[in-house]
Amino acid sequence: MAGAQPVPDGLVLTRYQGAPGLTTLDGYRKVGGYRGLARALEMGPEAIVAEVKASGLRGRGGAAFPTGTKWGFLPQGVFPRYLAVNADESEPGCFKDRVLIEEYPHQLLEGVLIAAFALQASHAFIYIRGEYRKQRELLEAVVREAYRAKLVGKRILGSEFGCEVVVHGGAGAYICGEETALLDSLEGRRGQPRLKPPFPAVKGLYGQPTVVNNVETLSNLPYIVTEGGAAYAALGTEASPGTRLFCVSGHVERPGTFEVPMGRTTFRDLLELAGGVWRGRKFKAMQPGGGSMQVLGPQHLDVPLDFKAVADAGSSLGAGALVVMDETTCMVEVSRRLVDFYRHESCGKCVPCREGTYFESQLMHRLEEGRASAEELASLADICAGMDGRCFCPLGDTATWFVMSAYRMFKDEFDAHVGAGHCPVRAGLGAAA
Amino acid sequence: MAESEVEASTPVLASGTLERLRELRSRYPVARSAVLPALWVVQDELGYLPPWAEEVVAGELGLLPGDVAAVASFYSMYFSRQAGRHFVQVCQNVSCALRGADELLGGLREWLKVDEHGATPDGSFTVEGTVECLGACGGGPMMQVDRYSYEDLTLDSAREILERIREDGGGAAGA
Repeated sequence: MAGAQPVPDGLVLTRYQGAPGLTTLDGYRKVGGYRGLARALEMGPEAIVAEVKASGLRGRGGAAFPTGTKWGFLPQGVFPRYLAVNADESEPGCFKDRVLIEEYPHQLLEGVLIAAFALQASHAFIYIRGEYRKQRELLEAVVREAYRAKLVGKRILGSEFGCEVVVHGGAGAYICGEETALLDSLEGRRGQPRLKPPFPAVKGLYGQPTVVNNVETLSNLPYIVTEGGAAYAALGTEASPGTRLFCVSGHVERPGTFEVPMGRTTFRDLLELAGGVWRGRKFKAMQPGGGSMQVLGPQHLDVPLDFKAVADAGSSLGAGALVVMDETTCMVEVSRRLVDFYRHESCGKCVPCREGTYFESQLMHRLEEGRASAEELASLADICAGMDGRCFCPLGDTATWFVMSAYRMFKDEFDAHVGAGHCPVRAGLGAAA
Repeated sequence: MAESEVEASTPVLASGTLERLRELRSRYPVARSAVLPALWVVQDELGYLPPWAEEVVAGELGLLPGDVAAVASFYSMYFSRQAGRHFVQVCQNVSCALRGADELLGGLREWLKVDEHGATPDGSFTVEGTVECLGACGGGPMMQVDRYSYEDLTLDSAREILERIREDGGGAAGA
């Protein structure tokens, strides 16, 4: 990369951090931007897919499905094909896609174009959540600039390949982060999930083959194409290749996003990067992956950020969040907030989710206020058993994961709320809270 | 409503808004895809989505008014009634709650004297606490006013921001 600034070793997504003007085409070109796209156009679609497979890149939206494999599901010879970019980031605790859009929008667009070329997609739709209005306007400006520079549209960089890019704003619905609900929303419908199969790769947008990829997933592609899939994979470990942008929030001194190598970094390392537990307090619990995932305790701090290791600990890396809770936190209250969130965001399509989240929420409110009986609390497991694995899409399943894991890990705390008439955790803190 | 009354008061969208609707329709392989962006453009002009405006959108996109109404009612950011000039969302999800979001929302509601719909008496603000995680967990507690986020808030700093926005009048809130 002659002429480009030296970039810090070991970073992919944030390797240009601090470079001036990255949100402009000029600024991004100065650090070597769009050379990945030029390289991709020389390589051809098959070679790009091979590099992505070699990189071991797995989807960064939460499901961690291998990206190259997902691309490989497109049926041969069926056109038009579409790429849908999932910028509907709304998992509680996640704000990495926002950072990637705000700070590196051209890197994302370059990744989108590389993927669109590899898939031979005629259109790429960037579906961005309605609340990210300012970020949507930034992306629209970036796409307009790229059209003028012949990076988007017909005959990209003088090649035979053409692709239209449309930035599409959502309007407030968590469920639209689920890929088939996103496609329904993009078609101008209520955002409700579709039955799978057929998977979007076979029948997606307008019934055509469609790939849905997350913002972070696509932002890795310029690096993978220029440096090679093997170089990307080597940044992490064999089982968990590459790097990830983790979002650390809650009771820490310096919340923020941190790009770290997968597999070689532990939860404790992340906590330290964020300045440790705030106010000199003790660590109580953490939720990795985002609002959907199971709680972990102090005994899990040395677990590496590796898909299998975190699964063995009983949770998941999900969408790359880490919410830290100190010793003053009431786990019943946290559970109630998450349950309320899922109740509000349930799309209403299937009964176990629509009714289950309602029952969960009612119970958790009563428990938090110390008004629930022991029998009521005992019904929590039944309610959740009626939901987990029985809902139409993962929203209803995951609406049970945190609360049930917290109930198991902090059973005494849940039990202490029964008939207490108030929250015993808050009462115990007294004036200190 | 009598026909003459309808005619007398039939409201219309600004010509710029109609042009935008047609431009949006041309962006998509299938016109129906333009529903969400079209509703945004209309809401940007009117502040909410009255049934007559949904009918205009339906007409432009070749849909039934019910198709558009079904979409508009699904998404929480489309308003079916006139909201305050500025829309204030205070995130109550876990990351923000751990850092004082309850106190912030409660304090703002009390200070702004909002009614049961979250609106202030002078029509300046509508305050909403039931929102999705707003994706600014690193800066909790936070609020979003119109399109801008304000992070690491205290009740005092949030009051100052809203005071400034109220004094600036009806324009978009600047960060």
